[in-house]
Amino acid sequence: MRPALVILGKDLRQRLRDRSALLVAIVVPLVLASIFGLIFHDAIGGRLSFQLGLVDQDHGPAAQAFASSALAPLERRGLITVVREPSLPAGRRAADQNKVAATFVIPAGFSRAVGHDRAAAIRVLGSVDSSIGAQIAQSIARSFAEATNTARIVAAATGAKTISAPLVASVPAPVSIADVSTKSRQLDAGTFYAAGMAVFFLFFTVQFGISSILAERRDGTLARMLVAPIHRNAIVTGKLLTSLVLGCASMGVLAIATHFLLAAHWGNVLGVTILIATGVLAATCVMTLVATLARTPDQAQSWQTMVALVLGMLGGAFFPVAQAGGLLATLSLATPQAWFIRGLENMTGGAGVSAVLGPAAAILTFALITGGLAFTRLGRLVAR
Amino acid sequence: MLLGRPVWDGCGVSIAVRSGAARTGASDAPGSGRVLECVDLHKRFGELEAVRGVSFGIDEGETYGLLGPNGAGKTTTISMVCGLLEHDSGEVFVAGKRLTSRSVEEKAAIGYVPQELAIYPDLSARENLEFFARLYGLPRGQAADRVNDVLAVIGLADRAGEPTRNFSGGMQRRLNIGIGLLHRPRLLILDEPTVGVDPQSRNAILESVERLSSEGMAVLYTTHYMEEAERLCDRIGIVDLGELKAEGTRAELVALVGEHDGVSIDGVGDLEAAARELEILAPVRTARVRDGGIELIVDHARTVLPELLRAAAEAGVAVASVEVTEPDLEAVFLHLTGKALRD
Repeated sequence: MRPALVILGKDLRQRLRDRSALLVAIVVPLVLASIFGLIFHDAIGGRLSFQLGLVDQDHGPAAQAFASSALAPLERRGLITVVREPSLPAGRRAADQNKVAATFVIPAGFSRAVGHDRAAAIRVLGSVDSSIGAQIAQSIARSFAEATNTARIVAAATGAKTISAPLVASVPAPVSIADVSTKSRQLDAGTFYAAGMAVFFLFFTVQFGISSILAERRDGTLARMLVAPIHRNAIVTGKLLTSLVLGCASMGVLAIATHFLLAAHWGNVLGVTILIATGVLAATCVMTLVATLARTPDQAQSWQTMVALVLGMLGGAFFPVAQAGGLLATLSLATPQAWFIRGLENMTGGAGVSAVLGPAAAILTFALITGGLAFTRLGRLVAR
Repeated sequence: MLLGRPVWDGCGVSIAVRSGAARTGASDAPGSGRVLECVDLHKRFGELEAVRGVSFGIDEGETYGLLGPNGAGKTTTISMVCGLLEHDSGEVFVAGKRLTSRSVEEKAAIGYVPQELAIYPDLSARENLEFFARLYGLPRGQAADRVNDVLAVIGLADRAGEPTRNFSGGMQRRLNIGIGLLHRPRLLILDEPTVGVDPQSRNAILESVERLSSEGMAVLYTTHYMEEAERLCDRIGIVDLGELKAEGTRAELVALVGEHDGVSIDGVGDLEAAARELEILAPVRTARVRDGGIELIVDHARTVLPELLRAAAEAGVAVASVEVTEPDLEAVFLHLTGKALRD
């Protein structure tokens, strides 16, 4: 074991001096987690809210019905904020300047047209910088129009001569936007991206350990080690230890840093430790397997990068792929990244260690399969 | 390059003897303890039989040279000798113990200096040495002492803390050799250690090898530089196409070939007539005119040289310079393999 520790010490010293290793292991995931966390703060685990303008040139009952029955319920739920604009130019300017995601314009005569079954239109002036908000506004307007048409059918069926506001209001809520601010088994954006980026870059970080055997072979230092009075297994063991130590250090530092810098809530410390340990093991095993298949360090790096990218994307390190459902969600269960994030999700709301045992077992299974395959080929790494 | 001593200098004519082994003959007999014994080594890579029945041994304090062109099988042979590569058949004994690629303790007797630089450029010279010292099992305190010793020997003590990527090629070469000396091996294996090295560093490396050998270390030295083999090696094995074609001291090898001396006379005058006159002389085997001179193959050049010069002068040639070339390993190699050493 002593030679393996000597190799570990040398490798760690080299990695600490290698700025690219530090960048990949710590800096890049931290920066990306911060950026993604800020960008998607409202979209994942946060509250979806858009500011919408309203220009009422009609002031009639249909306009009031739009405000009270279509917009007000959504505003009360915090999903939108309505800003009344005094005029069409003011409403257009607000949208152009992205002060609102979109402005509804209810033209003069709108209520009279609706009431007398003539053509009527609500205009939506969308901001080019807030396409999602503009689409939401269009959906709200379209849904109100459909509700109004439904009311017209109701009026025709009941013999009413005009469409009244109470009649429109009696039609079921036109737009249904789910409140996605669930507290149950859903990571907030900061935690999601902290964990996602950490586990994504973990697979790159552990490369530095095991793949360095190939670099040492290229550089002639492996031959030197092979001539030394040590078992060949000691060299592989030292390299594997390097991967494991680098992986654990990277994940540990990122967990602590994102907790304090990004207010990420990783959950129960022991549970997180179990997930990190199994995740690092899985990453090391799969990267070792890839390294045993490669002939050169460059080849290994290319293949490992591809594997890390595919597993990371599929595992939902960037987006919650599992929520897409279907085949993609099923495939994601084959990745340790997906189980890692699921383990953290299971712990939200204060769940204990038991919540991570299932995901940890899944990650361990992945590690055992890839590690078992790698083990059968490890001899290649130290063969001449 | 003229390595020998001047044998005669007068009348504006300079004469020199090329070659001359620094260490030849039985008078430099090594110690009695056999450190390395290779018996009938074979190695095949697919269709290529890289090593074919190579056998040789090295005694304590002896420097043995494996001389051959690139691709002759030298590196494959020493890879098997130091346990890097498993041999297909044959046996290797180091310090009396059988050695294979799976051996562990047996390898402690070997110091290996690969052909290419095998150092960590991002570590300092001291860190490189410390790492390998620890890998060779030296306890921490002893390793530190040995590192300091080796740093002094290789002349890098004052730059021990610098990353080796900042070193010149010669300094890196010295460190490369120093790593092989850390654990005081009984057998030092040097695989073409002077390839790509500047003349000054090359000379320092050769001096180091000479010193280590004189201290009792057995040295296995591969090279395709004839001059190095002649200067360093007590015995030389000539390798080509994976076979040991011949081995022995330089004198034994030269005697094996029975090559004659070459004499090159530069001058002006009727060179054709002079060549005809010279060819009549008994010791002269052949005489051939070339541009500005005559090339002769003769018996015992040093003895007959005055006679040759007199005959040339009588034939009307004003001699400007004469060079005597004794048979060397290049000629031996040519004789044994039918090709030049650096082909």
